[in-house]
Amino acid sequence: MKAVLNSIYKVIVLQVSMKLEMKDAPGQLVAALKPISEVGGNIIAVIHQRDPDSESDTLNVQIVLELAEGRLDNLVALLKKQGVHIQRIGKERLLYRRTVIMIGHLMHTDLSDTVDRIDSTGFAEVSELSMSMPAVSERSSSRLTIKSVTRDDMEKAVSILRTVALEKDLLLIEPMEEIA
Amino acid sequence: MKIALLGMGSVGRGVLEMIAAKDLGIIVTGIADSQSGVIDPGGIDPARVLETKKKTGLCGNKKISAADVVSNADYDALVEVTPTNATTGEPGLGYIRKALKRKKHVVTSNKGPIALAYTELKKLATKNGVALRHEATVGGAIPIFHTLEHGLAGNEILAIFGVLNGTCNYILTRMSDEGLTYEQALLEARELGYAEADPTYDVQGIDAAIKLVILANTIWGNGVSLKDVNRTGIDLLTPDALRLAEEEDCTIRLIAEAIPKKGLLRVSPRIIEKNHPLVVDGTLNAITLETDMAKEITLIGKGAGSIETASAIIGDLLLIRDRYVKRT
Repeated sequence: MKAVLNSIYKVIVLQVSMKLEMKDAPGQLVAALKPISEVGGNIIAVIHQRDPDSESDTLNVQIVLELAEGRLDNLVALLKKQGVHIQRIGKERLLYRRTVIMIGHLMHTDLSDTVDRIDSTGFAEVSELSMSMPAVSERSSSRLTIKSVTRDDMEKAVSILRTVALEKDLLLIEPMEEIA
Repeated sequence: MKIALLGMGSVGRGVLEMIAAKDLGIIVTGIADSQSGVIDPGGIDPARVLETKKKTGLCGNKKISAADVVSNADYDALVEVTPTNATTGEPGLGYIRKALKRKKHVVTSNKGPIALAYTELKKLATKNGVALRHEATVGGAIPIFHTLEHGLAGNEILAIFGVLNGTCNYILTRMSDEGLTYEQALLEARELGYAEADPTYDVQGIDAAIKLVILANTIWGNGVSLKDVNRTGIDLLTPDALRLAEEEDCTIRLIAEAIPKKGLLRVSPRIIEKNHPLVVDGTLNAITLETDMAKEITLIGKGAGSIETASAIIGDLLLIRDRYVKRT
């Protein structure tokens, strides 16, 4: 179920989560956040848990942000320059996530083909699949989570699934769209 | 204000009960059911007619028909609450046309004529200088059209999302809460009187689609009809599907949606977050409107019921009285 992302020409946005350690002194947190805006990053969350009894003179902060893929190295360098220690860094390439449910004769209609129709696009992939099969003759239910780089790609991926559902006589249950 | 009432089913009886119980200033001069009628320009005692109907199954004289009441009774507004026929709209459609041509206001709960011929009927009403109101056709007691017309006046309506069928919502609530199969939940809904012997009209989303058509035509005047609605029912859902949704803090509900800019007119079961305002329990209905100024507004209320639907009809009647009929 691993997609090969080899033909993407657009700018890939990463969702990055970082665990930072810095001096527990006034202005340090602001100094750590400043490089993020300098590289054009978009801060999604700053999680700052402070133990009031701690004797330690360091501060641990977790940050989640969106960033163009090519700029991550630059950000890391800038943070180091500020004296911020990066304890951990996690990144995820596919930002959009949508979960659908499919009901029908999923095995008899070649489930791996259904998944492959999304994975083979190169712009979206099925990242999770949960299934229940009550009995061989009965219809089974499955939950598929699709990930993609952009919203447009997600729309395309879901539209592929609609076609597959029609072809294979499966019931596709889509999520409510977010109200813009 | 004088009214004539056609239809003595649950809705018609509810209207008469409320007119009898409350001091609304409404005088009933004509009543008809499918087999009989009564006309009295001096005013009919609604309580007495309700009793006669209960005892004999008829509301009046077999020699007086509904058509007679429409054509001959002396009334300001016709309350047309006969059963819905989604294919022809009859007999309600004919009665409504006739009353409008007589320059009488019309208030209806009948989805058939409104879904099939709203544009034509609205034109006819305007031409004759009278009102055609149908608050009770969508969402039962929810004052959706009053809200659109008054509270949201001046707003551009960008989209509508709704839980418009109480039967489906009841079945889905039970499947989700108790892990029942579709068949078990349907059986339970039937026993409680929420589902018809033939549930096709509800569970295949036809009823919700008709209400969506009525909403779309009333709001945007776009002349859409039932065949334009992309429709999927709930009858193929499995308890496993609901459980899979549950694992993501979601559930499944039958959602009707209209988004004109995307050309979208659809009724389908959807995965929806459990804390979404449209996730209501049991037979409740809910409608979310998305507008340019007010943004999102959600109305929740009883989607059916005798007195609940009477509330919508009486609201329409009193609006007509205040706007058109001189009080003496």
